[in-house]
Amino acid sequence: MDHLDGNALAGPLADYFTFDVTAATARCNGCGEVAEFARALVFTSPAGTVVRCATCEHVLATLVEAGERAWLGFSGVSAIEVRRA
Amino acid sequence: MSFVTRGFGGRSRDRDERLPPGQTLVHDFPVLSAGPTPEVDTAEWSFTIVTEAGTHRWSWDEFQALPAEDIATDIHCVTHWSKLGTSWRGVSLDTLFEDVESQFDYVMAHSFGGYTTNVPLDELLDGQAWIATEFDGEPLDPEHGGPARLLVPHLYFWKSAKWVRSLVMMPRDDPGFWEQNGYHIHGDPWQEERYW
Ligand SMILES: [Zn+2]
Repeated sequence: MDHLDGNALAGPLADYFTFDVTAATARCNGCGEVAEFARALVFTSPAGTVVRCATCEHVLATLVEAGERAWLGFSGVSAIEVRRA
Repeated sequence: MSFVTRGFGGRSRDRDERLPPGQTLVHDFPVLSAGPTPEVDTAEWSFTIVTEAGTHRWSWDEFQALPAEDIATDIHCVTHWSKLGTSWRGVSLDTLFEDVESQFDYVMAHSFGGYTTNVPLDELLDGQAWIATEFDGEPLDPEHGGPARLLVPHLYFWKSAKWVRSLVMMPRDDPGFWEQNGYHIHGDPWQEERYW
C-alpha cells in the first residue's frame, strides 16, 4: 500500500493544533477515563511539563521546550478528540 | 570599588574547569519533579535487580547491612545548573552486581511513582554509580529521592533516578521516561548530550 512521508503531516497537524488543546478530550491509557485536558494534573519542572490523568495519575502527555525546539509527547493517551466548529 | 562585566576580556580563563559547557554554578539544590513525591516507608521498601534469569532482592535492613561508601562528587543538571563537591553515602553498584549475571548490556532504572531512565551497564560499574541513601550526612529527603536514589554523577542528573526501586537488565538501550520525550538517550554533560 502506498504511503506518504512525514512531511505530509505538517499541514493537518498545524490545523488541529490551532484548537485550544485544553478543551480537547483524551482517553487515558492507564484507566480508560475520557476527560478534557483542562481537568488533568499538570506538573511543571525546569526539565519539562508532565500532564497526568486526574483519575489515576498516569502520564498523559509531556512537553519539553528548549529554545526553538519543543517536544510534544502523547504517550499516555489512546486518542484525542478535537471538536470542530 | 570594582565590578565585573560578564564576557568581557579574558573571563573564560577564570572559568572553573570542573564545569561542563553550558553549565552555571549553584549553591542550593534545585528540585525537579515530574509528579507527586512518593512517600515510601522503609518497612515496605525493597530494591531489586532483575535479569533474564531471576530477581535479586534486598529489604531495607538487608540493604543497610551492605558496605556503604562516602561519595564526594560534582552533579550536573540538564537545566544548566551544576553543584560542585556534593556529599553522599550509598552502596556501590559494583557491590550490588557482585552475584548478578546477565547476558544483557543495558539497564532500565524504575522508580516508585513510575519514572524510568536507561543507562548502559558498563556506565554503572567500576565505581561510577551508587544507590545513595544519605545526602550531606542526613537520610535522603523524599523530595531529593529518598529513601534511596540512583547516583550516576558522570551523566546529567535526570539519570540519577529518585525513589529508585529496581534495575531491570535489558538487551537493547530502550529509552526511559524523559529519553522518550525529547532528552538524549545517553546524557553526557561534557558532550552536552541534552536532547535528541
Ligand atoms: Zn487515568
